[in-house]
Amino acid sequence: MANLRDIRRRIKSVKNTAQITKAMQLVAASKMKRAQDQATAGRPSADLLNRVLNHLKEHTTPEDHPLLNAKGTGKDLVILVTTDKGLCGPLNTNLLRLITTKVSKDADFITVGSKGRQAMARTGRKIAADFAVKDPVSFAETKPISDFAIEHFLSGQYGRVLVAFTNFVNTIRQDAHIETLLPITPIELGAKKAYLGSADSGVIANSSSGVNYGGYIFEPSPEEVLNVVVPQYVGSELYQMILESRASEHSARMVAMKAATDNAKQMIKDLTLDYNKQRQAAITSELLEITTAMRALE
Amino acid sequence: MRLEIVTPEKLVFSDEIDSVVVPGSEGEMGILPAHAPIVSALRPGELHFLQKGEATSLAIGTGFVEVSNDRVSVVTDMALGVGEIDESAVEQAIENARKAMSEKALPEDIAAASLALQKSLAQLHVKRKRRQL
Repeated sequence: MANLRDIRRRIKSVKNTAQITKAMQLVAASKMKRAQDQATAGRPSADLLNRVLNHLKEHTTPEDHPLLNAKGTGKDLVILVTTDKGLCGPLNTNLLRLITTKVSKDADFITVGSKGRQAMARTGRKIAADFAVKDPVSFAETKPISDFAIEHFLSGQYGRVLVAFTNFVNTIRQDAHIETLLPITPIELGAKKAYLGSADSGVIANSSSGVNYGGYIFEPSPEEVLNVVVPQYVGSELYQMILESRASEHSARMVAMKAATDNAKQMIKDLTLDYNKQRQAAITSELLEITTAMRALE
Repeated sequence: MRLEIVTPEKLVFSDEIDSVVVPGSEGEMGILPAHAPIVSALRPGELHFLQKGEATSLAIGTGFVEVSNDRVSVVTDMALGVGEIDESAVEQAIENARKAMSEKALPEDIAAASLALQKSLAQLHVKRKRRQL
């Protein structure tokens, strides 16, 4: 059985750990708030892009733009969005498990986040590129990722570009998710994505009802406009997905750290009880010794 | 007429305005109320609009503008007001871009650097113009 000093030492170390996990919990909570705000702030742009694409759809055919054209052949390119740091519960594990079950062995990877890079290197998957994205995420950082994916898709190397990310449902629930980024299917164009949330941003009203778009002018031409709009759409979509992953990361970390803090508190309680019991036992036995010694002297 | 300027990061501006001039890919384009529906590509440059007789300038990146139902929607990857532009940082960026354009051999690198250069020049243009006034 551990002696008094050992228990005291353990209580101290558990207390320190609890302090750290508590601090991490609070930091994660504020970062989660920011990530969620960021995701919400991006919705007007997504809404607007969707609206314009809806209009464009009526004036163009999928053949007008290579990114809308499903060739259906070639390997998959997977953009894997994971966290840079651990201590965020089963977030990365869930996503990586989904990768092993859903993604074919010969797929290439673009990793965003060091956890994904390490896991892919360990399992011997081919990594085409690795991008670091800071916290908070900026569009300027995610744009090169989508540009890179678009470029490789257009070169004909890959048949599809997928994104593996974690969808933020709510604070206690995050779902690992694989979404097709390219090619954009015409049905998908302008349709609201589940992860963008069903709530309308309210800022930009939907004006697509009952209006005739016959008189639209495209400058310089519908094709040229598609060339601008489609990459922008892909870029903002990827940006949204990365924001979702970030919000998931922080909320998962917050929940994990909350559990750790609670566990530590319980442990301190148990150890303190143990400590007091032993201290009492020691006092009792000391008293007993003194009384016995006194009796012996009489 | 309502003007909306959005970047993927946020809604930059959304209010009633009198007129707006945007840097279209085919040249500057002024839009007044009741403009015909149009979708146009944008190049990096200066966007300025009049609101109650007061002019405001923004440096914008690539993107597009859509006009319909007396509503002007600008979707771009950059939209900075005069106060948000850091002149020395922009000058540094211009220098970097120029250097990259003279060194790099790959055409796509040159294209990327040239785009960065255009964006930086647009920022500088907006910033400097404001100071002369």
